Amino acid sequence: MNSYRQLIAGLIMAVGLCVVSGQQSSETEQLKQQLQQLQENLERTQREYQAQIQELQKRVHDLEQTSAGAPARLSHGQPVVTDLDKESNPGSNWVAATASSSRGSASILRPLESKDGRSYLDIGLIGTFAAGTSTADDISGGTQLGGHDPNQRGFTVQGIEANFAGAVDPYFRANANVLFQVDEDGESRLELEEAWLETLSLSSGLQVRAGEFYTEFGRQNSLHPHAWAFVDQPVVLGRFLGPDGLRNPGARASWLTPTPFFSELLLSVQNSQGETASSFRSGGGHGNADESALPLAYRHADNDRGVDGLEDLLLSPRYALSLDLTDNQVLLLGASAAFGPNSRGSEDAGSTLTQIYGFDLTWKWKSPEHHAGFPFVSFQTEGLMRRYEAGHFDWDENGNGLVDFGEVVDSTTGLPAFLARETLTDYGFYSQLLYGFRKGWVAGLRFEYSAGETADYEQSSLTLDGEPLGRDPLRSQRWRVSPNLTWYPSEFSKIRLQYNYDDRLVVGVDHSVWLQFEFLLGAHAAHRF
Amino acid sequence: MRFLSSFLLLMIALPTQGRLNVVATTPDLAAIAREVGGSAVNVISLARPTEDPHFVEPKPSLIVKLRDADVLIEGGAELEIGWLPALVDRAGNRKISPGGTGHIKANDGVRMLEVPTELDRSQGDIHAAGNPHYLADPQNACIVARHIEKTLCALEPQSASQFRANTDQFVHDLEAKLAFWRQTLAPFKGQTVVGYHNSWPYFAERFGLRIDLFLEPKPGLPATPTHLAEIIGQMKQRRARVIIVDRYLDRRTAEAVASRTGAKVIEVTHFPGGIKDTEKGYVALMDYLVNALAKAFAR
Repeated sequence: MNSYRQLIAGLIMAVGLCVVSGQQSSETEQLKQQLQQLQENLERTQREYQAQIQELQKRVHDLEQTSAGAPARLSHGQPVVTDLDKESNPGSNWVAATASSSRGSASILRPLESKDGRSYLDIGLIGTFAAGTSTADDISGGTQLGGHDPNQRGFTVQGIEANFAGAVDPYFRANANVLFQVDEDGESRLELEEAWLETLSLSSGLQVRAGEFYTEFGRQNSLHPHAWAFVDQPVVLGRFLGPDGLRNPGARASWLTPTPFFSELLLSVQNSQGETASSFRSGGGHGNADESALPLAYRHADNDRGVDGLEDLLLSPRYALSLDLTDNQVLLLGASAAFGPNSRGSEDAGSTLTQIYGFDLTWKWKSPEHHAGFPFVSFQTEGLMRRYEAGHFDWDENGNGLVDFGEVVDSTTGLPAFLARETLTDYGFYSQLLYGFRKGWVAGLRFEYSAGETADYEQSSLTLDGEPLGRDPLRSQRWRVSPNLTWYPSEFSKIRLQYNYDDRLVVGVDHSVWLQFEFLLGAHAAHRF
Repeated sequence: MRFLSSFLLLMIALPTQGRLNVVATTPDLAAIAREVGGSAVNVISLARPTEDPHFVEPKPSLIVKLRDADVLIEGGAELEIGWLPALVDRAGNRKISPGGTGHIKANDGVRMLEVPTELDRSQGDIHAAGNPHYLADPQNACIVARHIEKTLCALEPQSASQFRANTDQFVHDLEAKLAFWRQTLAPFKGQTVVGYHNSWPYFAERFGLRIDLFLEPKPGLPATPTHLAEIIGQMKQRRARVIIVDRYLDRRTAEAVASRTGAKVIEVTHFPGGIKDTEKGYVALMDYLVNALAKAFAR
């Protein structure tokens, strides 16, 4: 290559001299043209040679892979060093052995490989199970609000999650998580956790995701259960975002702002109905509580007016910002919200809206000389507040003016209760501290508190089947402390022991012990911070 | 208001200063990029030289670095698979995505060792693309330098001659140094060096050493007493006198084994800056490794 360049330079100089020595301009033009032609010819030849060299290099490389460990290599045509002297090298047996193992593999692996070693579709399977016991009488939907929490004394299949991920084409990547579960009655359930496609790179830091996905609300809601640091879902998330977390079909835009620190703005628009939008247009009770349990705010969700405009969808903005406090410490702060209609109240209850606000803080220290990520210390907290407009509701649903079985009664009048419209305010937080004290071992401690302002329906003297109702157990004060210890034999398995001290205002104190075990097969995408 | 607007302007203006932003995943790749790019580029490494490169924390700040990058140099052998892909996805930077103009897969053309014949995780944490620590062989550093040269020349043709000259110089220096390093270690050819983790096969091959005993029973698994007893037996049999331990690995285990076998533990690193006196770059790193080993052997 250099010799071509020298040749061209020489020609240019020669031509330059001719021009200087007073040739006529037409001749100069001619010469210029000739020179250009010459240059083009040279460049073409050069390209051809380069292609040939590359082809040869590739062949040599392939030959190296298939020939018996001859380490002669090319570095852009320049052999930097000669072969190892095999005869005088007693270590060469070992060298030959490794070389041959690399040789045998190439053909076996090649069918699996696509560009840069990633396959078209990464498939992974994660199985999470729990075993344990609790003093509580109402484990599923009572002490354990999460849909994938341990749900009974004995064993629980928390979830068998299949994950499919890959690049679709040069424009999109896609991801799907399908979860198989066995509930406490032994019934199998199949859930679509997520299935979405996302743009690979729009300009200006924008990305768009569409499909079924977890709402980006706070820290834990968008994590799949296997990535949680504790066996079960935090109480406040179970109460506000629902047993399966807040997720629904929709679209989301995220924007990485052009700042020198990490700062991201997200906006999701999703459907607002269904069991995975439990503070919104969700029909059932709260949580995965017993079907016979009273619904939220003691009124049914008969007030579903469907979707007429954007305001009837679930709108969730989030802003997150992160700073490196030192080389070893990261801080991430986030503020989230979710707005949408709910369907609580009688059919004619009018517009009823839910607003959920959240603030989260994550801090992590990782040793500058960590091995496999240990030791580390991390702290994460999320605080949430919910304002829930409950529409009016008349328990005399059949209009006969008499108390029928299963109807809530106002004991002051002895008639079916009429519940006026009111706004419920609830709040809560969890904080968790994790200490990875040696490779594969993490000790955790979580503290949780959740409560609601006493609402009118809780103050009035309501009874059901002669029993006074009083405060709503799923909105009243509760706190829980959970120490745990996790051992990761490798990145692909874990065993976790957790104890929960649970104090519910209405129910009293309960103790639970859960042992969780998990396996991971196949591919698993890198976790984000 | 004026303060705010100038602050915003500053924030937006900061990342680009006219020079190419080169982001390398690990400090060894960064060191080679500095040799090639010289003063015309701005090079940073995502991993720090003292940490375990398999488990870099995917800090959000790294997303910002990738977003602002013109060039990304990755090892290409799954060393960074646990943390890099999610960051690149989130950065949404077309230039550095696989296939982009500034994306360099550094191990192209490198003959990978220990590519597994079957993918079986009961054999520990293995890399499907082969052992990723290929830069412990200086000849592979030359290959990587040429990749970087090619990409930088294409992105900034006006500095191409400088990049070419830098690379030629680097390769030339390495060539000279390599002869010297091989000469230094020649008296110890065939000797056994015990490693903690199997990250030195390329070094072993280049310098004719046997680095095939490991304190880990399987890649990524902690040492067990039975396995260590076996290693101690083998070390005595083979008269192994040197144990090498990466900075971030458990040195105490190595010291315990050394005290039972009369071997010497030396701290090693794959990364310039991982140990004192290696900060200057790739050549300084190799100088350190070769000299430390030679000294330990000659003891």
